[in-house]
Amino acid sequence: MVRCFLIHTVCPVSALSAGESRLLFSRVFGPDEGVLTEQHRGLGPEERRLLRREKTAVVARQVRSAVSLSREASGRPPVEAVPGEEALALQEAGSGAVRLRAGDPFPEEMSALWLAVQSLGFTLVCEPHENLPLAEGTLRNLTRHCLEHLHMLGPGSEVLLRSDRVDALLSRLLPHGQLLFLNHRFAQSLEKEVAAYMAK
Amino acid sequence: MYSHGSESLIKQARDIQEAELKKFYRRLAKLLQGKELGHEAMDSLQRLHLILSATKFTRTLPAELQKGLLPLLSSPVEQLQLLSSAVLRETLPLSGEELNYTQEDVLQLNSHTAALLLSQAGSRADLSSLCAQLLRSLESRQSDGPTHSLMQTLPILNTIITHSPECLTEDHLTLLSKKIVDWLRYASITQGGGASSGGFFTGPRSRQPVPTAELDGTVSGDFFTVLCVGQGFTDDQWMNVYSFSMLRHWLLTYHSVPSGSTIADAASPANRPQLSFSLSHSHSFSNDDRSEVDGSVVSMVSATSSSSRLLPPKERLREKAFQYCLRLIEQSDRKALKRTDTELQKACLVEAVCILDCVCVEDTSLVYRTFPCVKALFGRLSSDLTFARVLLPIAQFYLNHGEMAAVDCESVWKLVFGRFPAELFNSPFLAHELLRFLRLNLESLQLRVPEYTRSFPNLLKFLAWDSPAVVDDFVDLLPSLVTAETAVELLHTMLDLPCLSATLLLQLRSTCSPISEPGGRGLLSLDAFRSASLRGLFLYLLRTEAGSGDTIDRLSTLHELLAEAADWPRVVQCAQTVPVLLHIFFSAVVMIADEKLSAHLILVMLERSSLLLNIPTYIKEIHRVFSCHLLRLCKLRPSLVVDQSHELLEFAGTTANVYSKDEIYTHVVWALGEYLSVSSDSRCSVRLITSCFEALEAVLFEITSSAPPPGAACPVPRVITTLMSALAKLASRSHDLIPRVSLFLSKLRTVTRGGSVAWCTDEEDLVAIVMRGEELWSLLKTPGVAQSVLTPPPHVTTPQWHRDTNLSMPLQLRTLTSLTHTQ
Repeated sequence: MVRCFLIHTVCPVSALSAGESRLLFSRVFGPDEGVLTEQHRGLGPEERRLLRREKTAVVARQVRSAVSLSREASGRPPVEAVPGEEALALQEAGSGAVRLRAGDPFPEEMSALWLAVQSLGFTLVCEPHENLPLAEGTLRNLTRHCLEHLHMLGPGSEVLLRSDRVDALLSRLLPHGQLLFLNHRFAQSLEKEVAAYMAK
Repeated sequence: MYSHGSESLIKQARDIQEAELKKFYRRLAKLLQGKELGHEAMDSLQRLHLILSATKFTRTLPAELQKGLLPLLSSPVEQLQLLSSAVLRETLPLSGEELNYTQEDVLQLNSHTAALLLSQAGSRADLSSLCAQLLRSLESRQSDGPTHSLMQTLPILNTIITHSPECLTEDHLTLLSKKIVDWLRYASITQGGGASSGGFFTGPRSRQPVPTAELDGTVSGDFFTVLCVGQGFTDDQWMNVYSFSMLRHWLLTYHSVPSGSTIADAASPANRPQLSFSLSHSHSFSNDDRSEVDGSVVSMVSATSSSSRLLPPKERLREKAFQYCLRLIEQSDRKALKRTDTELQKACLVEAVCILDCVCVEDTSLVYRTFPCVKALFGRLSSDLTFARVLLPIAQFYLNHGEMAAVDCESVWKLVFGRFPAELFNSPFLAHELLRFLRLNLESLQLRVPEYTRSFPNLLKFLAWDSPAVVDDFVDLLPSLVTAETAVELLHTMLDLPCLSATLLLQLRSTCSPISEPGGRGLLSLDAFRSASLRGLFLYLLRTEAGSGDTIDRLSTLHELLAEAADWPRVVQCAQTVPVLLHIFFSAVVMIADEKLSAHLILVMLERSSLLLNIPTYIKEIHRVFSCHLLRLCKLRPSLVVDQSHELLEFAGTTANVYSKDEIYTHVVWALGEYLSVSSDSRCSVRLITSCFEALEAVLFEITSSAPPPGAACPVPRVITTLMSALAKLASRSHDLIPRVSLFLSKLRTVTRGGSVAWCTDEEDLVAIVMRGEELWSLLKTPGVAQSVLTPPPHVTTPQWHRDTNLSMPLQLRTLTSLTHTQ
């Protein structure tokens, strides 16, 4: 299962300190694991939400640092794609996987797959036994749709004001965190539904 | 992409004032009361979501607003469902107002409401009741019910069982096993959505159902799988996709106990279907068992299986999963017409092999049926590096079952430890997965795969290329790579990791760029890499296996050639991880090193301290690590100092080392002073002590009599005090040396009284040095005392207080007192 899907900054943000990342979209799937573990049973829903937020913030920070180190190492100048060049942006996007040790921040070990498009990172946190090639493909697909439907290559803030579109996308392509084996026909059918939603 | 606009929106949302917020809530609550919800309501809901999610502190909504949001969850407009669910997920539920769903509502449970229920679940009981409701609706579903609610049943269940597998009862498991079998194996094989093969003039009568097709366009000849396509899909074909998507997780959760291991299982062994007939009571005759009507379907894969109809549901699912995977493997051999489908085929292969591994672990009799298939797959894919990520699950399969099936796995390991690191070191996902594979199977690999510990030159290529991403994995893997035979070579390899990093870059550059750059600024190192005479140096670094020599002679030449690489980002990142891993290396090697190996390691440290790639902080850091572990080795085996005294003295007697390697020098001198004594090793002679003394004395004279050589800074004060202490210690063991030390120390005092000296610029440091000198001088005035202070007998340095006759009595008395007194 995918534990969460995040869209966050991977560039320096003036209001934040150097290594921090601003979360623009975060969706955690499934029940709160804190409810079922001995450790956190005493926490109320408010504290659990706070804990959830802190965990996603930790993941975003780790991915941010991985992205900046990766970009530094590759030494390639960033490609500035403009709206309409989503395919190019995706092609040039850096990608990688971060190992999140057990306890840091999830109770079990997790793999955070990331795709960095210019100043934003798209991250999928998967359980390690998950099919990572499938997860990578799903992440690319999700990113492509987000870039297109939310016009993310432009200066707008639709990702903040139209977050329901991302939710609609996730409910089709990653329902409740379930990775799906979709051949191009199944994918087309779901994408048609998504496009119909976006058109409203 | 991320603009000031977005940042200011978030700021506004976080900083919104209480009064304004209340006004907004009231307005929205009023809007929601209206019959038709237009754009304004939608926008307001979106703004509300932004306000709630922008901060990590939870805002509570007024009851009126929450009450207005709840009905939206079942609105016919999806956007409203979505927005209300998203908003409610970011806030606290009204106390006492749990989302209790009655029977009718469950049938209309849409995906977004379910998401809300899941996120608000407060206990296992909540999840269990949600499960129960979902399964009730599944059971009693009308065939013309809404498809969406059916399709998200499996994902919801999957996420629940991830956290709480006990939420499903035995009955639930049985029901689901049967349903999943139906969907996986008996989904319809004709295209859905009213597709027909007829043309424009055909009427309804001539509309033939069109069969589904394979990814290469040919007509499907077997049961439906995720790799079949059609113009449209039927419900059960969709469920086929959803079922397969969760199959592995299901098997891992509920089938991980191999059959035959419990008493209950022993009574119904899966591999004897005729016996289990009686136990499966009505299952084979139930109405929802579609296998009754499948007689007409030609199935190549299932034709070879035993009469699985008679198996209990769990075993039947295992058998069907097995067949599905074999079919996927066969389907993946076809050339897909679309690129995304090719990628899907790879993902399906990974999944299929993993599931086969899973079922074989559960029922080992399946191994004999599976291995030929997996072996054939390996043969098909092993030469194609684009399938590398598929070959890893195959390697796992071989590791788990190869021994049992007596199959030769050598070619698999050659690939995993040979070709993959050597040629695919720069693919981040492969590195992640391969290193994970190693971590998970460490014990098994160490036992069964001798190639593993010899392959570190190859495996370290992942680290050399992308240190930040994989250093965490190597922290776990490194100890297992440390063996007595290869420890020295491993040490050399790790010290030259930045060189390997540079070489890998050159290797890639060499294959990408033209042979000669016309008039361009060619890299010196690249030319060297390509030149025939120097190539051997680089090829040594790029070797795939250990065992061909600890290191090369012309290492300094290599370092010179790679000097320009010292500021390449990848090389710098790599250099930053080496010290950490060296600490781990030494901690591991100390456990297995004998006297000989420890001596060898000390020599390597001394030798390499001046033979490192010149990256500014790198050399300093390595020296620090060396100092620490040199001392540690000497502490563990004090006789090493006497043993290696010749080399250590050579190092300590070289004045240049004071300036260039002060950290290591200090520690070497300290070790000599501390451990060059009879109590450490009986072979220590007076002559040895004297020659050591003379060597150190000469250095001390030299550095305190004149200014430092041009270009060097003043010697670190600690070097001077350590030298003085070492001389004092040695003198305390051979008393004729005492006058020489005392003379030196008193001379030092005189010289420094005259004001500043050329070899020490800081006054405080000078004072400290002089003070130490005076302490030692006065100590040496009474040689007996000096000896016991500076060369304490072992029973003082390794006290065992309970054995000491003087101390044990009070200890015993105190213990008895505390036992007998009840306070």
